[in-house]
Amino acid sequence: MTSNRREFLKIAGASTLALLAPAILCPARTRGNLSAAEQKSSLLHPLTAKRWALAVDHAKCSADCTDCITACHRIHNVPDFHNPKDEIKWIWTEPFSAVFPGENHPYQGQAVQKMRLPVLCNHCANPPCVRVCPTKATFQRRDGIVMMDYHRCIGCRLCMAACPYGARSMNYRDPRPFIAGINPDFPTRTKGVVEKCNFCEERLARGLRPACVDACKQKALVFGDVENPQAEVRQLIEKRFNLRRRANLGTKPQIYYIL
Amino acid sequence: MKLYNGGIIITGIVIFALLITFPFWWGKGEKNPAPVLSVDTPAINQLPDKRCLEDASFMRKNHMKLLNTWREGAVREGQRLYTATDGRSFEVSLTGTCLHCHSNKDQFCDRCHNYMGAKPNCFSCHIIPGEVNK
Repeated sequence: MTSNRREFLKIAGASTLALLAPAILCPARTRGNLSAAEQKSSLLHPLTAKRWALAVDHAKCSADCTDCITACHRIHNVPDFHNPKDEIKWIWTEPFSAVFPGENHPYQGQAVQKMRLPVLCNHCANPPCVRVCPTKATFQRRDGIVMMDYHRCIGCRLCMAACPYGARSMNYRDPRPFIAGINPDFPTRTKGVVEKCNFCEERLARGLRPACVDACKQKALVFGDVENPQAEVRQLIEKRFNLRRRANLGTKPQIYYIL
Repeated sequence: MKLYNGGIIITGIVIFALLITFPFWWGKGEKNPAPVLSVDTPAINQLPDKRCLEDASFMRKNHMKLLNTWREGAVREGQRLYTATDGRSFEVSLTGTCLHCHSNKDQFCDRCHNYMGAKPNCFSCHIIPGEVNK
């Protein structure tokens, strides 16, 4: 293809417009640091649902990708103690045999044996952690999010014992010195409290999807209202075969694994 | 009536009286000046009307109760906007709203807290802008 001066200018103009479009159409989301007024106005359009859920489309999830984990742990000031005993996890990966214990057998192929799936708090509809918490620091919101009020956590770790998914981590030490770069928009935790995934409720309040969902370039994570028949997540789990982790325990987990 | 061991008893009574009245005479006449709080920050200087969320007297007396209400509301009820009595609305955020204006925590919050011997543990989790290791 030969291009003359006229064609070149057309393409250059179109590219400039395309690059500028997101900043013009949606200024609040493209800029890193929002002013106080912009921060406030972003609260006027929260994402709401009857019951939030997440579908993990494993086929799209590439093997060594850790984008969701990196994004989540950076945004939520999750410390790295460089020590598996003290490890704090909001979202991480586990092999198939650990995600679905009892579903594995010795004749499974290499693909299944080597499979690693992202795991996080299941935001159970019947959460055992909420039932055991003596201070109601862990509670269930109306939209299904199982959330922690760190102000009330006394560090008794009953929730850690109750959670069948190991989705909760205890801060045995002051986490602040172990956070690589503190995100000033989200608080850190302190020594002696338990923490876990909050389904990015602070982002939902600003009309943003969870950080892991936004970070996934393969679109392997689909987030939405499972009670809404039109929602993408609902249609996906209606159409495709999926499993929930240890659903036989009756916790009604809300993370759906499409395998 | 005879007082046995009078010397020891009277000395004891005198020491006891001195100790029990200790708070009343120790440091008498000394002045403990009230802390001088600075509201000279870039964000406050830019305000056309230098008014906190509510009246200064209300804030001085009740900021801790207000923050407790904010905490419960934001975390547990999802109420992230606060409407002040004069109709202005603010984001419910210690770091984002309070410390945005009062960016001089050591010359504002800390001075009074130290004077009163108050030890709030807000900042073991909530971030002080500017003290962040980016």
